[in-house]
Amino acid sequence: MSTSTLDFHDPHAHGGDAHHQHHFATMEQQFDTSKIGMWLFLVTEVLLFGGLFVGFGMMQARYPQEFLEAHEHLQRPLGALNTVVLLISSFTMVMGVLSAQRNDKKKLVMYLILTILCACVFLCVKYFEYSHKFEEHLLPPRWYQAQPGDTVRDAAGNVSHGYGTFFAFYFMMTGLHGFHILVGIFLLAWIAIRANRGEFSSKYYTPVDLVGLYWHLVDLIWIYLFPLFYLIK
Amino acid sequence: MANTLTSRGKIADHPRPEVNYLNASKGIWSWMTTVDHKRIGVMYLVGVLTAFLMGGIFALFVRLSLLNPKHMLFGKVLMSAETYNRVFTLHGVIMVFLFIIPSIPAALGNFVLPLMLGAKDVAFPRLNLASFYLWVIGAVMAVCGMIFGAIDTGWTFYTPYSTTTSGTVTLMVMAVFILGFSSIFTGINFVATVHKLRAPGMGWFDMPLFVWGIYSTAIIQVLATPVLGITLCLLALERVFSIGIFDPKLGGDPVLFQHFFWFYSHPAVYIMILPGMAIISELIPTFSRKTMFGYRAVAYSSVSLALLSFIVWGHHMFVAGQSQLATVIFSALTFLVAIPSGVKMFNWLGTMYKGNISLETPMLYAISFLLLFGIGGLTGIFLGTLSTDVHLTDTYFVVAHFHYVMMGGTVIAFIGGLHYWWPKMTGRMYNEKFGALGCVLVFIGFNMTFLTQFFLGSKGMPRRYYNYLDQYQPLHAFSTYGSWVIGLGMMITAVNLLASLRKPYDAPDNPWGGTTLEWKTSSPPIEHNFEEQPVLERAPYDYRPEPVAH
Repeated sequence: MSTSTLDFHDPHAHGGDAHHQHHFATMEQQFDTSKIGMWLFLVTEVLLFGGLFVGFGMMQARYPQEFLEAHEHLQRPLGALNTVVLLISSFTMVMGVLSAQRNDKKKLVMYLILTILCACVFLCVKYFEYSHKFEEHLLPPRWYQAQPGDTVRDAAGNVSHGYGTFFAFYFMMTGLHGFHILVGIFLLAWIAIRANRGEFSSKYYTPVDLVGLYWHLVDLIWIYLFPLFYLIK
Repeated sequence: MANTLTSRGKIADHPRPEVNYLNASKGIWSWMTTVDHKRIGVMYLVGVLTAFLMGGIFALFVRLSLLNPKHMLFGKVLMSAETYNRVFTLHGVIMVFLFIIPSIPAALGNFVLPLMLGAKDVAFPRLNLASFYLWVIGAVMAVCGMIFGAIDTGWTFYTPYSTTTSGTVTLMVMAVFILGFSSIFTGINFVATVHKLRAPGMGWFDMPLFVWGIYSTAIIQVLATPVLGITLCLLALERVFSIGIFDPKLGGDPVLFQHFFWFYSHPAVYIMILPGMAIISELIPTFSRKTMFGYRAVAYSSVSLALLSFIVWGHHMFVAGQSQLATVIFSALTFLVAIPSGVKMFNWLGTMYKGNISLETPMLYAISFLLLFGIGGLTGIFLGTLSTDVHLTDTYFVVAHFHYVMMGGTVIAFIGGLHYWWPKMTGRMYNEKFGALGCVLVFIGFNMTFLTQFFLGSKGMPRRYYNYLDQYQPLHAFSTYGSWVIGLGMMITAVNLLASLRKPYDAPDNPWGGTTLEWKTSSPPIEHNFEEQPVLERAPYDYRPEPVAH
């Protein structure tokens, strides 16, 4: 298809590619633009979490001992398991994008389903972790119940608010992250259905690529959350 | 001079096309589902002007109530202290979140930016429409929340008051969260558009300065707004679940909220002023018929203001209990803002110097901007200085300062830009005399209202207070009279613009002799902006005579 002699009016003057939007001169330009848009969106995601990271850092500086003791209540093996699960899902996602580039529809669908499965495993593990916290009343300050090992207390013997603050951040940050995983599952499912219909090829796989970028960022945020909460020393 | 007159394009170059973006498709549905950046710009314009009207009416009520210290009018109390708190909150929230932030980028920028770049549309047209609907949803939620739920926190939602007051703060905060998303979508769209959709031949330094300004704004929108989003989420969680991040009773820190809030809201001040400066950078060369003096310096100053905006937020907390060292550093950084602002001011003046200035309505607004923003900027230095700020914090001096920047700067530039692009957007010329009259009245009224408040503040009148001492009464009354003059000027301006819509199309393609690409298409433009892909041949603001063809 020739794009050098564009008719500026005719929306179908682009050689008939149905995905080609009228205001882009070439498919390459369209793809690059979509990628810029996605990267900018990911920047906003980083800043969204960034506020929480900064808040966590401030509170950790204020309550160092409480944070250290509180983190012992987290189930480190489960956190590590989830880290591995997400790393695997990132790999399957990459393989999915590669399959799209290679016009391999079957493999693309397969890898997308594998990625969705990993995401579901992650959320299941998270469910068990959360219910453990609720049972033990490891919750934000107002509902936090003193644990035997808590050493920081005021003159009246009340346990410091710092323990609850740790769990306030724990629930907010992993909760927000879990929400992103959930959104990711829907996006991956949507991409998988479209892939199954044969909508993607090496010429057009923008949505697969963009959802992939999103998925990697969600994984990356977990890579930071895991040591932040589970491995304080 | 004959040459100048013809290149001013008072005569339409070619016949007006029958079909333009306004009449290409008909019916409400075709507007509601449109992905045309021009129509979305017009819809945004209607939206933000409605918000401006509401915010303006609330402002007039605040001023009317402050006419005397007992809030008496014709022997009756006009509003109770609670009502007063709600009304100034309504004024602040509507003006900041519903009007000023989206005004220039989302309304005028949406319309003009792709035209200036020679593009057919913004990069993501559907995202653009989504941004508009998010704005509508956020606006409806915010206004309902405030009218039915009595929000009295001011627009800053400071904790712990905002977490303990009754009222629908949670709904309000979610509304602002949604408005933030609308702003982010616009920002993402504009950055991608500027990067990828410039006309052939248009390098970065061939872009009109309006584009530079909007681009810098878009970067702030993308980088700062998410932090506001998470802050508001935390505030909502604090109210609903008492998570104890900001509540000192639960081991939290209320000043942390202020840090979070101003980390967004200080850059947001530049989301508001940079587009205003961007418009002025178009108006001054066009109406001075002269090449922009120091084009690159002005372009860089937009970007550097955007970057500086992220490292000065602490100057809102000089007396809020942050460390001495932080205070000194933030004060020093704040002074840096004066450099790029000064660069712009002097370059605008340098452009006007020995130019062929014509005082049409948009230029009158540009000159008003220079005077008012000059005062607004200089009084900012008073507030950035630690020793004076301690005395002036939370007084009317601060109120006057930010109104000089926000209204004297951004709003004046917005109305100037509206007059500048009105013929392009609507295809009609407005009455020049009434346009000028409106501008002059607003200028006089504005100074009556707010210059007075500098004196009030320096004498110790605290902001937001319902009651005041009798000694402040004469100045308060004068300020209120000024607000009526602004109201009159705005009304004349509005009627003048709306009246022009009754006429048939009469605007030439290029009524002001502008050099940027939006003047190379018809007024109003056709649906896909240009008959054929424009190619940039001359840099913007090149007013040298056209080379003679042999």
